[in-house]
Amino acid sequence: MSLLELDNIVVEFPTRRGPLEAVKGLSLDLDEGEILGLVGESGAGKSITGAAITGLIEPPGLIRSGEVRLRGERIDNLPPEKMRRIRGKEIGAIFQDPLTSLNPVYTVGDQLIDTMRVHLGLDQKAARKRAVEWLAEVGIPAPETRLDQHPHQFSGGMRQRVVIALALCAEPKLIIADEPTTALDVSVQAQILALLKRLCRENGTAVVLVTHDMGVIAETADRVAVMYAGRLVEIGDVRQVIEDPLHPYTRGLMASIPQIGNRDRRLTQIEGAMPGLRNPAPGCAFAPRCPRAMDHCHSIRPVPQSAGTGQVACHIYGETQ
Amino acid sequence: MFAFLIRRIIQAALVMLVVASIAFLMFRFLGDPISNLLPEDATVQDRAEMREKMGLNDPVVVQYGRFIVDAAQGDFGQSYRNNRPVSDLLAERFPATAELVLVAASLALALGIPLGIYTALNPRGWLSQGLQVISLLGISVPTFVTGILLILVFSVSLGWLPSFGRGTVVDLGWWTTGFLTVSGLKALILPAIMLALFQMTLIMRLVRAEMLEVLRTDYIKFAKARGIPNRMLHFKYALKNTLIPVMTIFGLQLGGLIAFAIITETVFQWPGMGFLFIQAVNFTDVPVMAAYLVLVSFIFVVINTLVDLLYNVADPRLRAEKKPARGV
Repeated sequence: MSLLELDNIVVEFPTRRGPLEAVKGLSLDLDEGEILGLVGESGAGKSITGAAITGLIEPPGLIRSGEVRLRGERIDNLPPEKMRRIRGKEIGAIFQDPLTSLNPVYTVGDQLIDTMRVHLGLDQKAARKRAVEWLAEVGIPAPETRLDQHPHQFSGGMRQRVVIALALCAEPKLIIADEPTTALDVSVQAQILALLKRLCRENGTAVVLVTHDMGVIAETADRVAVMYAGRLVEIGDVRQVIEDPLHPYTRGLMASIPQIGNRDRRLTQIEGAMPGLRNPAPGCAFAPRCPRAMDHCHSIRPVPQSAGTGQVACHIYGETQ
Repeated sequence: MFAFLIRRIIQAALVMLVVASIAFLMFRFLGDPISNLLPEDATVQDRAEMREKMGLNDPVVVQYGRFIVDAAQGDFGQSYRNNRPVSDLLAERFPATAELVLVAASLALALGIPLGIYTALNPRGWLSQGLQVISLLGISVPTFVTGILLILVFSVSLGWLPSFGRGTVVDLGWWTTGFLTVSGLKALILPAIMLALFQMTLIMRLVRAEMLEVLRTDYIKFAKARGIPNRMLHFKYALKNTLIPVMTIFGLQLGGLIAFAIITETVFQWPGMGFLFIQAVNFTDVPVMAAYLVLVSFIFVVINTLVDLLYNVADPRLRAEKKPARGV
């Protein structure tokens, strides 16, 4: 059984001019210990998908339909208190900005100890001991003294290490990491990703890595899911999606990554912009920008079907079958 | 920390020097005290003697120096009105004002903070909306109006509480207190409510706004994502961040309470320093006015210095003893 299943979820934000669908029927599977990269441009719905898994969609947003299942148990309709117990303990989360993710008036030790005491039922002394171990685990030197320091006494990279320790300390089986390295220096990014990957591999923790950075995905993920305008356009093994992308959108995405040695060429870009979420066209959302669009692309929406190492939602592949 | 303390004390001393200078100016510009002090039929000879005795013939600089040196020792001379040392008059009246302000401040905090938290946590509840409307009234209605309304309802119509004075007070030698008698406590209720009302609504609105702000921050969202229970999230993680700015404002307001006490003390004929000041103004009793000005400023300065120190204790970011570590 998969660790996490998203079954055709629709996330909706009611607005004055009618409901707005940010995620329009997304299905995904994630195995234990697997690292899944979730990519797409801004507004594709990747962060909202992450929030839907942790049950932290900002009101008035809500999951209109579909199911989120953790080890086969439905979790999207749990009462708040039950969901609270799952958060941290079963599903952890890491946010983008380590500078603002830590409470400035409490020591990092306080925050670690509280989290572990809430979920693991440890006493103060045992939790403190574990907290020191966690700081050492995420590579913070002199963890004993650092434990009693406040977040402002840590550098950005150090703070993201603390955030990782906080997200992992109750030993969740799944981590939703939403752009975990975007706010960091490039040199620090690699270290943080390597740390996250190592800890998750060691503990068998699965990760949904939300990012728009293909480099991060290539470095870290086992599989990649590409989102466009609230829908999944392609999913497959990381190597295949990066080296041999199937969907024209993924191809455009890969082609637009600058490559060393191509200094005379202009950077390739995908012409146009992602359509607004309001008044979606009946066909494929990418069709207006697609270099290979056919007539029926504008009228009939493609559904995900098996292709390559995963699935792709595109009419080009429908014809060959 | 020690250097900070020294710096603050020097700043405070400078502020006090400026205030004392302004107080001294009152002596120069508020008319000739001699005409108030001597009977109508006093001779020119009498006036000249009095003038000499009070040192009014000395050069201004000498008078100024004398005033500052005496004031620094707590000596503000004799009251023109009842010929007693001003410091004695103030010492007599100080406990009344201090007790009134203490009760009002406690009331404002004890109600304002919980109500602010409640309205922040239940922003859409009908009770919160109601409290918001009432607090708007509390902020905009002048305090003397609420005081007079309180007297009308609780003293005149219902006859439950006294409308003026401190009731029976117990003299502890250096302090007279109204806390130990029933009539003293009853007399405190209405003036304390009048004085506290504005501060309470201010604190409530401030706590609400700060708390709503804090609840939107990333660290609260992250704590929520770690499954921290709501009670801990609200009352531990969010509250401390909320109260740090509230503390500063309240420190400033505490000085304001002492100043606003003038109006409350006038409405309720409360025998405190503010009432003494109003009487002094009516009589152009400059030494009392000057002393009141200096004393209230002194209290202001002391409170603000204390708040700054407390701020250092409460907010770890301001304790800059250790430099943040470098590198990753």
